Amino acid sequence: MTATRSVYGREGMTAASVLDRHDFDHLISALTEEGYQPIGPILEGGRIIYGPIGSSSDLPIGKTDLHDGGLYRVIDRQDYALFGYNLPSDSWKQYLFPPRTLLWSANRSNGSFTVQPAIEEPPRLALIGVRACELAAIAIQDRVFTGTHPDPHYLSIRERVFIVGVNCVQAGGTCFCVSMGTGPELSDGYDLVLTELIEGDDHRFLIRSGTAAGGEVLSRLPLVPAVPSDCSNAEGLIATAADHMGRSLDTDGIQQLLYENPEHPRWDAVASRCLQCANCTMVCPTCFCSTTEDRPSLDGSSADRWRTWDSCFSLDYSYIHGGAIRSSAKARYRQWMTHKLATWIDQFGTSGCVGCGRCITWCPVGIDITREVQAIRTEEASHAHR
Amino acid sequence: MCTVTTAEVLPDPMLTTPMVVMARRQETADTFTIDLAPPGGFPFEPGQFTMLYVYGVGEVPISISGDPARPEVLTHTIRRAGKVTQALAGLKPGDSVGVRGPYGRGWPLEAARDKDVVLVGGGIGVAPLRPALTHIINHRADYRLVSMAIGFRSPKEMLFVDEIRQWRQHFDLDIELTVDAADDTWRGSVGVVTRLIPMLDAGEQAVAMVCGPGVMMTFTARALRDRDFQPENIYVSLERNMKCGIGLCGHCQYGPLFVCTDGPVRQFSEVERLFGIREV
Repeated sequence: MTATRSVYGREGMTAASVLDRHDFDHLISALTEEGYQPIGPILEGGRIIYGPIGSSSDLPIGKTDLHDGGLYRVIDRQDYALFGYNLPSDSWKQYLFPPRTLLWSANRSNGSFTVQPAIEEPPRLALIGVRACELAAIAIQDRVFTGTHPDPHYLSIRERVFIVGVNCVQAGGTCFCVSMGTGPELSDGYDLVLTELIEGDDHRFLIRSGTAAGGEVLSRLPLVPAVPSDCSNAEGLIATAADHMGRSLDTDGIQQLLYENPEHPRWDAVASRCLQCANCTMVCPTCFCSTTEDRPSLDGSSADRWRTWDSCFSLDYSYIHGGAIRSSAKARYRQWMTHKLATWIDQFGTSGCVGCGRCITWCPVGIDITREVQAIRTEEASHAHR
Repeated sequence: MCTVTTAEVLPDPMLTTPMVVMARRQETADTFTIDLAPPGGFPFEPGQFTMLYVYGVGEVPISISGDPARPEVLTHTIRRAGKVTQALAGLKPGDSVGVRGPYGRGWPLEAARDKDVVLVGGGIGVAPLRPALTHIINHRADYRLVSMAIGFRSPKEMLFVDEIRQWRQHFDLDIELTVDAADDTWRGSVGVVTRLIPMLDAGEQAVAMVCGPGVMMTFTARALRDRDFQPENIYVSLERNMKCGIGLCGHCQYGPLFVCTDGPVRQFSEVERLFGIREV
């Protein structure tokens, strides 16, 4: 697991430095000066979400979040941590793969029509506070959108992104990144990575760059060299987070398990609870399904073609002439979970689940993917022993 | 991480190309064929499909039903079933349609060379097989015994009537035709298409290409297996909802497959397990 393999001492990596809490805003201004729009965690409407930030005072200072099946609360911490929460409700997906994208516009002319590509200057975003599971999710969407037919809309945003990762020093109630091998420590793919260290009034960040662009930003910050105890403290905190995962998922033989049990009674049981609301697919950082929408102008002289997020939980999703292929809730839940944990591996060489636990927290009835897998596994085992 | 080429050099695969309708033929009460004029030609493999866009209405995946040797004409045979196909039905010569493609994996015409070939089509499923048979006719010496079983629900729902008549006049093709339910004009065979399969002239090592409704393909595969055809020599054309046609939107998933890029044509042996699961 990544948790036991700290990057700080790794050969060839830049040495870790220390950024004092009071100098944190230098990081945000350095990114702004580099032309990036900083996006990070903010507190809004009683929950932590991602949004534009101007300074560290926009961050959810001294807040943390409780997660359980269908349960989420923001509460106060005993300290003034900037990244003391576990995971926002929304993911970075909304920035890299926006919920709505204008694909092109058509204009009527002489009985025919012409097509104009949507020309929009892609933003340069600095994502601040990317967790290990979220970076793993971004890497998964990279594979999805850069296959046989790369998606230029995704790529134009993605290739301009600057990533400031933050290692997890605590675990949430629905976290299971250790099971999925994605966290709680970032291993690669970031420009900068931080570990927040708080000891009494001493509030600092261990910081290291992973790319040349990260090194460039790092060189503009007022840093002091890290001492060995900083690194061992960080390692200790990350290891503690790894040991306190709220959930776990046994992925051993998961493809075979799901392929061999498409008619398992557990699918009916979960379908009887599932509201088909699609929350899980909206909050999932890897779910990539989309649909298209045509919007003609009122006078019919132009027609826009949009791409919007879609969900395999909707009836329309599988519609072909005559009706929906997956008309039952059972078939739709089974499609989602089987895709996420099994067929995704066939398609992209990786699981579609990073263990962030959002689908559990934000399910209105608290359906828990880890428990569903366990139920199929256990009941299958009991069948076998009969 | 993101090590691919920059987005600027990538053409947007979602952009559609307007093409002019040259001709429109009514096949049956609800099915019609349109010929488009692709600027610069439109080479395709039999079994591939395109995404057809009707201005302001929407886009649908439709199999190409024309002659692969004539890339200057792009032909689709379409059954009116929903909003977009309804709009396509209303097109007249001179109107324009947006086209993306061709997409997907077509029929195994290379793998079938020097072998017996069996085509089985049901209803609108005959349309994607038409380019395959046309190719075989154009390259008849490359294949051994060639037969085709065609089924329609009724004589009124027969597609390509004149063309099927021409196919049946080829001495080196065995074309069998049936309808599920006859009327008083019908003098031919009555019954589901699978009943024709035992009569077709083909050896056990033949390559079969099957297109039709799911149930029809299941029973056809079973009838072919009864004749000792190998499951890996039976090819079926899959159908799912599609929004992008290029493996990005997720809609066409069939187990691990994206029907748009991994299909629509697959070996029956690869999908036999999925055929046995309801609502997969």
